[in-house]
Amino acid sequence: MTSTLDPANHPPADAPDYPMSRAEGCPFDPPPRLERLREETPLARVRLWDGTTPWLVTRFADQRAVLSDRRVSADMTHPTYPRSAPGRASLSFIGMDDPEHARLRRMVGSAFTVKNVAAMRPAVQRIVDEAVDGLLAGPRPVDLVEAFALPVPSLVICDLLDVPYADHDFFQRNSRTMVHRKSTPEQRAEASGELARYLGGLVGEKLGEPGGADLLSRLARRVAAGDLTMREATEMAVLLLIAGHETTANMIALSTLLLLRNPDQLALLRDSDDPTVATRAVEELLRYLNITHGGRRRVAVEDMEVAGCPVRAGEGLILPNDVANRDPRAFDDPDELDITREARHHVAFGFGVHQCLGQPLARLELEVVYRTLYRRLPELRLATEFETIPFKHDGFVYGVYELPVTW
Amino acid sequence: MKVSVDEDKCCGAGSCVLAAPDVFDQRDEDGVVVLLNAEPPAELHDAVREAADVCPAAAITLRTAP
Ligand code: HEM
Ligand code: SF4
Repeated sequence: MTSTLDPANHPPADAPDYPMSRAEGCPFDPPPRLERLREETPLARVRLWDGTTPWLVTRFADQRAVLSDRRVSADMTHPTYPRSAPGRASLSFIGMDDPEHARLRRMVGSAFTVKNVAAMRPAVQRIVDEAVDGLLAGPRPVDLVEAFALPVPSLVICDLLDVPYADHDFFQRNSRTMVHRKSTPEQRAEASGELARYLGGLVGEKLGEPGGADLLSRLARRVAAGDLTMREATEMAVLLLIAGHETTANMIALSTLLLLRNPDQLALLRDSDDPTVATRAVEELLRYLNITHGGRRRVAVEDMEVAGCPVRAGEGLILPNDVANRDPRAFDDPDELDITREARHHVAFGFGVHQCLGQPLARLELEVVYRTLYRRLPELRLATEFETIPFKHDGFVYGVYELPVTW
Repeated sequence: MKVSVDEDKCCGAGSCVLAAPDVFDQRDEDGVVVLLNAEPPAELHDAVREAADVCPAAAITLRTAP
């Protein structure tokens, strides 16, 4: 058998375009063509918007190997880094390599330890309870995205960053503009500028009142000690806001829609008194939906081997975690949604040293939502035809633009 | 089973603590792994193997005692 893996068999001229489209009527599944590549050509050339042809790595084990390999770089300013859009700039340590990446990431690591996130549970529960109170007091039908999924993670981040209560409206308004589909690029840039100025100002205030245990106070102490510049501190705060808001919001809305389409699974989650049911459901829903559908992106900085084939220094690599999370080599019946399965080894948070820093917090938020929302709204249902729901096929993060529901 | 951790590699995502809280903890100042028990009892071995498997940074090494 001649190897289909030999790059010589895939001259860049034939490389299929990436990203690829999902199948009509299957908005919860990865693009079929990606699944075919995973089975037939686990290392394949693809063509991006700018004509470049990086490698696509589709199998679970190969993705984990590449993402934890020190010979790949996440530096978005590298000339051959496979960019998802023109001018997408790096933000703080997400686009850096160790040791610089580790230095900055560790400065905010404390806020995300399993223990310190567990201490946020009462605050998260209160935020979710109040948001559900708001739904119950408000009109029906309602757009769950606007009325619940977006505000909950935004308020959690306010709590994490210790944003004064009086500024919540300002904070929420600008966060919403940043992620809103109808915002123009100018409005988006202005909102992100406002937030950056605001967060920089907060760090400045903390400089004057040392001793606080919150995240920005810790950053301010590093600034005072000369370990960190004001700019670095501000960028990190903005990264946390961006990385934690839209992701969690999309996950809340999209998984709610998936559960409404799978009433047996929803009933299991809603009616169980066993808290581990929700814990497991969180992992399975993250695996199944894999909302960061654009793929992790890296560039090889040394020659290496991937899926048994040579990859040269300077070549780009794209690792779409969604098909890896449906790899039958890693999960039995991968296309089956089963909230009782053990799915913790999924790669929906990525893998390697850039694996999601906020994952304990994301897990907590989702678990609290799953244990609260469906119980308090047992009659929750779609207020429109499923076929009319707009999916974020073009979004950087996958999800739904709107989710009209009633109860 | 002998467990060791490499603090330099650790990125503090805490997956090991979720998998095996009796064996792994995290430093409060930066989230880096703390090994609580380098020779965990047999009933924890499955959990420890899971922790090593889910560690994104290959910071946990297991050796089976001779
Ligand atoms: C369901 C919700 C979430 C999902 C699916 C998600 C997914 C991801 C993924 C896939 C990455 C890896 C990026 C890469 O390898 O290039 C990542 C990184 C990151 N996430 Fe999340 N995330 C979520 C929630 C959060 C939250 C709540 C926060 C914080 C408040 C957060 C903060 C971060 C940060 C700071 C990074 C960069 C880590 C690094 O580069 O070292 N995320 N996230
Ligand atoms: S799972 Fe690995 S990287 Fe994460 S805290 Fe534990 S040892 Fe560190």
